[in-house]
Amino acid sequence: MLERVQSERTISDRAMIEIRDVTRSYGAFKALDNASLVIREGEFFSLLGPSGCGKTTLLRMIAGFDTPTSGSIAVDGQPMDGIPANRRPTNMVFQSYAIFPHLNVEQNVAYGLKRLKLQSGEEKRRVEEALAQVSLTGLGKRRATELSGGQRQRVALARALVMRPKVLLLDEPLSALDKKLREQMQVELRRLQQAVGITFVLVTHDQYEALAMSDRIAVMFGGRIAQVASPKEIYQRPVNRQVADFLGGMNFVKAEIVEENGASLVVDTLGFGRVRTDKPKTFVRHGGAATLGIRPERLRVLWDNATAKFEVAGKVVERHYFGEITHLIVEIPGLEKPLSVTETNDFGADDIPVGAPIRLAYDPEALVAMAD
Amino acid sequence: MTAAAEGSPPLRMARARRSPLLQSEAVQGIALISPTFLYALILLVLPILVVIAHSFWTQDYLTIDHTFTLENYRIALTEPIYRDLLWRSLYISLTVSLLTVLLAYPIAYFISFHGGRQKSLWLFLITIPFWTSYLLRVMSWKVILGYNGVLNSGLMGLGIIDEPSTALLYNSSAVIITLTHAWATFAILPIFVSLEKVDRTLVEAATDLGDGPLRSFLRVTLPLSAPGVISAALIVMIPTVGDYVTPKLVGGKDGVMIANAIQAQFGKASNWPLGAALSVTTMVIVSLMAGAAVLVIRALQRLAR
Repeated sequence: MLERVQSERTISDRAMIEIRDVTRSYGAFKALDNASLVIREGEFFSLLGPSGCGKTTLLRMIAGFDTPTSGSIAVDGQPMDGIPANRRPTNMVFQSYAIFPHLNVEQNVAYGLKRLKLQSGEEKRRVEEALAQVSLTGLGKRRATELSGGQRQRVALARALVMRPKVLLLDEPLSALDKKLREQMQVELRRLQQAVGITFVLVTHDQYEALAMSDRIAVMFGGRIAQVASPKEIYQRPVNRQVADFLGGMNFVKAEIVEENGASLVVDTLGFGRVRTDKPKTFVRHGGAATLGIRPERLRVLWDNATAKFEVAGKVVERHYFGEITHLIVEIPGLEKPLSVTETNDFGADDIPVGAPIRLAYDPEALVAMAD
Repeated sequence: MTAAAEGSPPLRMARARRSPLLQSEAVQGIALISPTFLYALILLVLPILVVIAHSFWTQDYLTIDHTFTLENYRIALTEPIYRDLLWRSLYISLTVSLLTVLLAYPIAYFISFHGGRQKSLWLFLITIPFWTSYLLRVMSWKVILGYNGVLNSGLMGLGIIDEPSTALLYNSSAVIITLTHAWATFAILPIFVSLEKVDRTLVEAATDLGDGPLRSFLRVTLPLSAPGVISAALIVMIPTVGDYVTPKLVGGKDGVMIANAIQAQFGKASNWPLGAALSVTTMVIVSLMAGAAVLVIRALQRLAR
């Protein structure tokens, strides 16, 4: 469904933000370490990573609230060195929303327009339009202190969008909302971005948020960019264990490289036997060992006498019920760590007894080789 | 619901065993404030009532004539000398509060926004003048502003003036200068507190929306720190109207204020009712002025949007 929506709009190849070798040090500590990145025009781009990975620092440097220690940032072809935040073609939605408490909704949204000295009719029209975009029509006279969390977020969004920026920066905009509202806003934000066509740069530590909304994601750890790719690629072909681990569950299997050529690897594993898999572009060999990863939902329970071309057999050691899915922990002879398996409950996975023998089917395509 | 209903009777009984009067929240509250309350009642409310009562009576040589009269208020409001003194007091206190706030704001702003880790050190330094008596501080202004004072000798040394200026001391300006200095701390602290409460991301948001430093200050920081400015202005204005020591010491005859006249009525002139009427009039006018100041600042705040 989302895949279909994403393909509706084509993103131009033109670079909107170019980040070149940017480093930000605080004394000996490097909040950002030699990061380079190109964000395209019209793209919904996410910076994903755990707290302290440098994603917010990078966003603040694009906005102009922080300055790179070295390296350069260009927005829309213009180098941003020395240009203060108030003269950049970017606008920001702050994590705390930063709604001006002494102004009402309308005045908040019109805040940045006041300086442009528009004709009063034009200003009013643009404010109305922005409020309509975020479904706040009719709440213009509401005081900032009388708004709910979700409404405050919409005001912050309208206030930035009304400026018609080239880039909209969003600093963990959904983290303060409850789960239900957050999921609803994810869909709305994505829809809004498609409608206005502005380049969105989102900072988040929530992998599902990044996967659901973005055209591309940069995963960051410890001030470095680990991988930049589409959500699907990041999820299915993570470049290393860290990335794989951060984006949902992943079973890791030790493997020995038997054969390596241009595009593929042949490896020997204890549980899965000899497997041929795609060699990731970024794969760097360190000796003869590698790691294979497989997502828990790519292992399927084989019922009764059903067979599959590729299967492993083991024993259920734990079972955890999650409503629509069941989480099974399966011990496989020869594997040092048991496998996690998630299975939907429509065939009765929630009734599999602990201790029962079990067979699991898998697709060798789903086994991803990665650097250790 | 049921659980609560079942649970409450034993609880209530346990309470009943102790004195029920002492358990009441209202009684506890009153007990807590009563020492201060009694103190304020005896030493503040009662004297004020005595003063108000006196203002409607008449001094009859050594005794007080207790028949009701408004004559004292007629004199207080129409007699040119008292009118002038009242106006001067209001003028001085308004000027002092305006100047104090204007001078205190940048200091409070600096400490709050650029104080860094030394914030408490800065605040500590600001309170240092309070380690000496107010009288000593007024006296030191006499030394600075006097005929052979620091300022005069300094200006003469620089060749700016040929002979000592007498315009510095013993007039209303001297009172204004001294009071402004004396009350600075009382203005800095409330402004500092309200600036501390201004969310720094709001200033960033204003910058992000295109405001330079000056504009974001005028549109965000200043309106949001207005409560501190209002309290600073009131804290300075209300007591300075009735200031007595400062005009006495540095005011000379041009710097006399209403409090000096009131003191004279209660003292040398021995006309308590007139002194009382002057006091009450001043109190009422100060209250009105304080109210007006709040309204004016609120209106300015609304304009700033």
